[in-house]
Amino acid sequence: MNAPAAAYNFAYLDEQTKRMIRRAILKAIAIPGYQVPFASREMPMPYGWGTGGVQVTASILGPDDVLKVIDQGSDDTTNAISIRKFFEKTAGVKTTTFTKDATVIQTRHRIPEEPLHDRQVLVYQVPIPEPLRFLEPRETETRRMHALSEYGLMHVKLYEDIARFGHIATSYAYPVKVNARYVMDPSPTPKFDNPKMDNCEALQLFGAGREKRIYAVPPHTKVVSLDFEDHPFSRYRHDAPCALCGADDSYLDEIVTDDRGGRMFVCSDTDYCEKRRADGHRGTESAVGPDLEAKHG
Amino acid sequence: MAEIDNDQPLLIAEQLGKSYGHQLGCRDVSFKLYEGEVLAIVGESGSGKTTLLQLLSAQLKPSAGRVLYRMRDAITRDLGSLGEAERRFLFRTDWGYVHQDPALGLRMAVSAGANVGERLMAVGWNHYGRIRDAASSWLDRVEIDAARIDDAPRTYSGGMRQRLQIARNLVTEPRLVFMDEPTGGLDVSVQARLLDLMRSLVNELGLAAIIVTHDLAVARLLSHRVMVMKGGRVIETGLTDQVLDDPREPYTQLLVSSILPA
Amino acid sequence: MTAMVEISNAEKTFVMHLQVGVELPVVRGVSFRVEPGECVVLSGPSGAGKSSILKMIFGNYRCDGGRIGIRHEGAQIDLATAEPRQVLSVRRSTIGYVSQFLRAVPRVAAIDVVAEPLIANGAARAAAREQAGSLLRSLNIPERLWALPPSTFSGGEQQRVNIARGFISDLPILLLDEPTASLDAANRAVVVDLIDGKKRAGVAMVAIVHDDEIRRLIADRIVDVTSFAAAA
Repeated sequence: MNAPAAAYNFAYLDEQTKRMIRRAILKAIAIPGYQVPFASREMPMPYGWGTGGVQVTASILGPDDVLKVIDQGSDDTTNAISIRKFFEKTAGVKTTTFTKDATVIQTRHRIPEEPLHDRQVLVYQVPIPEPLRFLEPRETETRRMHALSEYGLMHVKLYEDIARFGHIATSYAYPVKVNARYVMDPSPTPKFDNPKMDNCEALQLFGAGREKRIYAVPPHTKVVSLDFEDHPFSRYRHDAPCALCGADDSYLDEIVTDDRGGRMFVCSDTDYCEKRRADGHRGTESAVGPDLEAKHG
Repeated sequence: MAEIDNDQPLLIAEQLGKSYGHQLGCRDVSFKLYEGEVLAIVGESGSGKTTLLQLLSAQLKPSAGRVLYRMRDAITRDLGSLGEAERRFLFRTDWGYVHQDPALGLRMAVSAGANVGERLMAVGWNHYGRIRDAASSWLDRVEIDAARIDDAPRTYSGGMRQRLQIARNLVTEPRLVFMDEPTGGLDVSVQARLLDLMRSLVNELGLAAIIVTHDLAVARLLSHRVMVMKGGRVIETGLTDQVLDDPREPYTQLLVSSILPA
Repeated sequence: MTAMVEISNAEKTFVMHLQVGVELPVVRGVSFRVEPGECVVLSGPSGAGKSSILKMIFGNYRCDGGRIGIRHEGAQIDLATAEPRQVLSVRRSTIGYVSQFLRAVPRVAAIDVVAEPLIANGAARAAAREQAGSLLRSLNIPERLWALPPSTFSGGEQQRVNIARGFISDLPILLLDEPTASLDAANRAVVVDLIDGKKRAGVAMVAIVHDDEIRRLIADRIVDVTSFAAAA
C-alpha cells in the first residue's frame, strides 16, 4: 500500500470525468442491458487492453475499497498485475487476490467461481459491446433493432449454428436477454459463466473503452441465455476434475505440460483453486504441486 | 383462388404526390386496392413508378396526399400516422417487398433456411425444428431443391435467389406484396418460370399485390388492373386487358405498339 | 326484364394517336337483347365490328356511349360504366368469353388450363380436373396431351382447349368468337352439341361464326351488324 503519487488525481481520472462516467453508469443501471454511450478518455494503456473496465473502476473506487483484478480468472497474469499496480499507484487502495474480501473486482473474460455478495461490484472489460455487430455491421441499424426490440437476427445466428454444427456453437460471449428486454453481450466470458449473471447479488458493470459504451446489470436482475426450445442452453465444461484441487464444478484451463502432447486441466479461477487447496482438497497432480504452481501462477 | 374478402378496400391512395424540391417524383395518384387484387404500375424509366411504390409501402413520406391501409384488426390507418415500430412490424408481417435485385432483399451470407425462417423468429417462433420445417416447405413451394436449405444464397443462381426472396416474404402470410421489377435482369426462360410461380402463389394465397414493371407482358400475365405512368402522373388506368387491348391515351398506345413481336 | 344481355345505343370509336389522331368509328347505335337459352349470331363482313361488339359486352373494349346491360347476380348492371372490380366480378360469375386465340401461360398443363375457371370459383382441384378431362375427351384431345402445355399444340387443338375452358363452368352468358374456326367436321359437330347443351341449360349466347352451316345450326336469331356501321 503506497501513498498516491502526487501528480495524479485519485484513481487517475479527474473528477468531472468521473462524474460523466458515473452518470452513464446510473443510466445503465436504470436500463439494464442497454448500451449507454460515454466519452471514453485516453488512458495510459492502448485500446484493447481494458481501458473501458479501468475507466469504470476508476470512477467508482473510493479510498476504502478493496480491489481485485483478474484476467482469464487469474490474478497473476501480466495485465492483471499491471492494472492492479496502476490503481495501487494512482488511488492507493488496498488490493487483494481473495474474491470474498474484494469490494470491486475488475475482470477480463471470466466471472469468479465464488458466488458474489451484495457488497461487491463486478466490472467487466468488454471489447465489442454490440451483440449483433457481426451479423449487422451498421450501427444505425443495430440501434434501431435494440430500440424496437427486433431480435430475429440474433436467433438467425443461433439457427445457423445448429444448421452448420448440429448445436449452438457459440462458446463464449454467448448472448443473453436482460430483464426480458435488451439482448446483451456478456463480454467474452465462457458460456459456462452465463448462469452466474442471473439474479446475482452483486452489481455488474460493463465498460468498453474503444467502443465508448457502458452497460449494467443491477443486482437480482433476470439474465437468460438465448436458445431454442428444442436446443436449450447448456453450460460447457471439460469433463474432468481440476488436477490441482479436484474441483469438478469450476471452469477449467487446459495447460500443455510437455512437448509430447501432455496436458492437464486446472481451475481457471486461481483464487478459488488456492482456497480449495488451502482447505485440504487435492487433485491428481497435486503431488507435483509447487513446480506446477510456479508454471501455472 | 381464395375468396375475395369483404368490400372494404385494403389500401387506399388519396391524391398521393412526392416532389424533391422542383423535381417531381409523382403527382395526384389516387386508387383503391382490394384484397386479392393485383395492380400493375407500368411506365418507363423516370415515370415515377418506383417513387410511387416507395410511397405506397411507407418507405418515403409523401409531399401531398396520404396512404390508408386496413390493418389485420380491420381498422384502417393512415400510414403516415404509424410509429416506426408499427411500420417496421407491418413490413415484416402483413406486407412483403420483393426487390428487383434479390441481394437487397436477402441476407446473402446466411443460409436459405435462416433467410426464410428469420421473419418467423422475429415474431417469436422459438423451436428450431419447426422453423426448419416451415422453411423447408416454403423452399419446396418456390421450387427450390430442399437439399439446398443450408446453402447461402451467394451460391444460388439469379432465378433461385429471386424465388428465395419470394419465399422469405411470403412465410408470414402477408396480405399485400409490393414487387419492384421482380423479373428484371433474369433470363427469359427463368422469367417465365418465375412469373408462373408468382401467378399461382398469388392465386392460391389470395394475395393483393402492387407490381412495378416496364414489361407489359408481366402486367398482362399477373395483374387484374394496370396504371400507366408517365412524367410522374397516372395517365391511364383500368382493367389490364382493357388498357392493353383498347389503349386510349397516346402514350399508352405508343407503349403497347412498341412491344416487339415474339 | 328477363334478358341476360340488353345493349342500347352502344358506340365505339378508336382514336389512333399514333396516326396523327385519326378517328376510326367502329359502331354506333348498337341495340339488341339476348334471352336465356337463345343464341344470337352477329353477322356481317370482316371489319364491320362484330368482334368489337363482343369485346364490349365482355368489358374488354371500353364503350364510348350507350349502355351494356347485363343481368348479374339477380340485378341489372351497366357494364359500360361499371367499376373495374365489378367487371371482374361479372367475368368471374356471369360472362365467359371464348376467343379465337389461346393466350396460354407457358408452363401450365392443358388440363389445368381447362380446370382453372372451376378452381378459381372454389371447386376442389381433383373434381375440377376430372370434369376438365371428360370435356377434353369429348373434344377429342387425347389423354396423353393433357399434361402438356397447350403452347405446343396445333391451332385446332389449342382452339379446342379454349372451348373446353370456356364451356366448363356454369356461366349464364357465353360469348363465342369463331368457336369452330380451324376445326374439322367431327369436332365442329362436337362444338355444336356443346352449344345446344348450353342452350338447354338456359345460357344466353352471342356468337360470331363465318361458316353458314354452323350458323344455321346454332343461331336462334341473327343480328346484322352492318346496320350499326358508323359513318367514317
